[in-house]
Amino acid sequence: MFIVDYIKDVYNGVTSLLKGMRLTGYYFVHPKEIITQEYPEVKQVLPERFKGEVVMRHNENNEHRCTGCTACELACPNATIKIVTKFDITPDGKKKKALDVFVYHLELCTMCNLCIVACPTDAIKMAQTFEHSVYDRTELTKVLNKPGSKLMDGVE
Amino acid sequence: MIEEVGTTTEGDLIINVGPQHPSTHGVLHLVITLNGETVKKVEPHLGYIHRSIEKMCESLSYRQFIYVTSRMDYLSSHINNQGCALVVEKGLQIEVPERGKVIRVLMAELTRIASHLLWWGAMGMDIGAFTPFFHAFREREAINDIMEETCGARLTMNYVVPGGVMADIHPNFQKKVNEFIKLLKSKIDEYYILLTGNIILQERLKGVGVISAEDAINFGCSGPVVRACGVKSDIRKIAPYDGYEKVKFDEVFETAGDSFARYMVRMNEIRQSLSIVEQLIDNIPEGEFQAKTKAVLKLPKGEFYSRVETARGEFGVYIISEGGLTPYRIKFRSPGFSNLAALHHMVKGSKIADMVATMGTLDLVIPDIDR
Ligand code: SF4
Ligand code: SF4
Repeated sequence: MFIVDYIKDVYNGVTSLLKGMRLTGYYFVHPKEIITQEYPEVKQVLPERFKGEVVMRHNENNEHRCTGCTACELACPNATIKIVTKFDITPDGKKKKALDVFVYHLELCTMCNLCIVACPTDAIKMAQTFEHSVYDRTELTKVLNKPGSKLMDGVE
Repeated sequence: MIEEVGTTTEGDLIINVGPQHPSTHGVLHLVITLNGETVKKVEPHLGYIHRSIEKMCESLSYRQFIYVTSRMDYLSSHINNQGCALVVEKGLQIEVPERGKVIRVLMAELTRIASHLLWWGAMGMDIGAFTPFFHAFREREAINDIMEETCGARLTMNYVVPGGVMADIHPNFQKKVNEFIKLLKSKIDEYYILLTGNIILQERLKGVGVISAEDAINFGCSGPVVRACGVKSDIRKIAPYDGYEKVKFDEVFETAGDSFARYMVRMNEIRQSLSIVEQLIDNIPEGEFQAKTKAVLKLPKGEFYSRVETARGEFGVYIISEGGLTPYRIKFRSPGFSNLAALHHMVKGSKIADMVATMGTLDLVIPDIDR
């Protein structure tokens, strides 16, 4: 009886291995099943919701929608955003608070999307970039409002 | 339960496994006392990636602290987020709309499948099989694509907010998930041919790393580790949350309590999760995906606890609130910590190679243990 069990064990063992080998062999001769992407030659188009980096929307007249309300700064858990405001003089001579510099520290950002959700005027959004490597971390500190840009008309 | 650890005698060898040892998972440091090839004592040393997450959460608001928990058990990040959102909702008595609940459950089950797939691949690697890793990652990639499209990230989604989910599902979501169900169903049998039925795997896992139901409970193990001893422990069944009471699924049990039982529990859980996804995907109710909440959330004075079933076991969040903007004290009960605690008990007296196999079936995620 011992001999029979022994042979059975060996037989079952070998067939289990052969079954696995057959599957591996199947993929070896079916290169169509391969799903590898040859990055960086082939780059995947990322979906529009992908959270890669915070950017500010600007229209073609170099106008943005940020009022400098600091809601995003308060919503951010990592102190990634720093809003510097200034006072503009409106045509009728009144002082009005406006955005001066929108500083964004990409190196601190965890792409949690809380700032985007918090913004009341939809001024910022996530960009689909992901290659953020640089040689010096100071390069990751960015100013999001473009030079010379101003607030879009009608955004309060 | 205090475990009597073997004493070091003449001729014993003390070796360090990790914190960067390739056969451990992540930065786990084990100090092992060996007698020849026999393990006498295993002592996990923690602290290499301690980020004081609990303390950090105490300085964050109730909207902000959720995202940090993605960095604990990063393979079940969605489920961790869900647990945190649940405790805030409990405190503020926010009723999550049906659609929000269903989306959460769908995402949680997809996360569970992805986590188990990754574990399956890594498990193969632990015992020296390299091919399963690629097979598992191929299917996991499909889940990651779905996550990326709807949540905007592949691993640390931060898709859950108090009151529901952050955004509605992507228009392609249902189509893609249905495709994925078909894909996984055709591939899941391959896993059995490739690894489960494999004689080497069976010989290396059966009867190895045995723990009795009583000991597993005493160590506070949860999830597949304790279900492999036949203990009823699935939070989705015991204390259903987010509408788990409405879906049909079986809690998976094994009785042997050894490594192979834990292996089989996880393999069968993939099928159960898939069936939950199947039931829900074409029946997502219409309506809001997020309840209306105040801009600033303040939990009333008191203590709040909620728990969820992650891929690794019971994850609990305990908050003491003083009524302020941030929690006064927050405590996370992570499943990996207690499961790791049982490692010494499981492997003492066995061979060192068996220890690696046993560790594989515990499915350790180090940031979850060491937070
Ligand atoms: S994505 Fe999160 S971490 Fe990054 S700037 Fe916005 S709120 Fe801060
Ligand atoms: S980006 Fe939005 S939230 Fe941030 S300061 Fe500008 S308007 Fe306010």
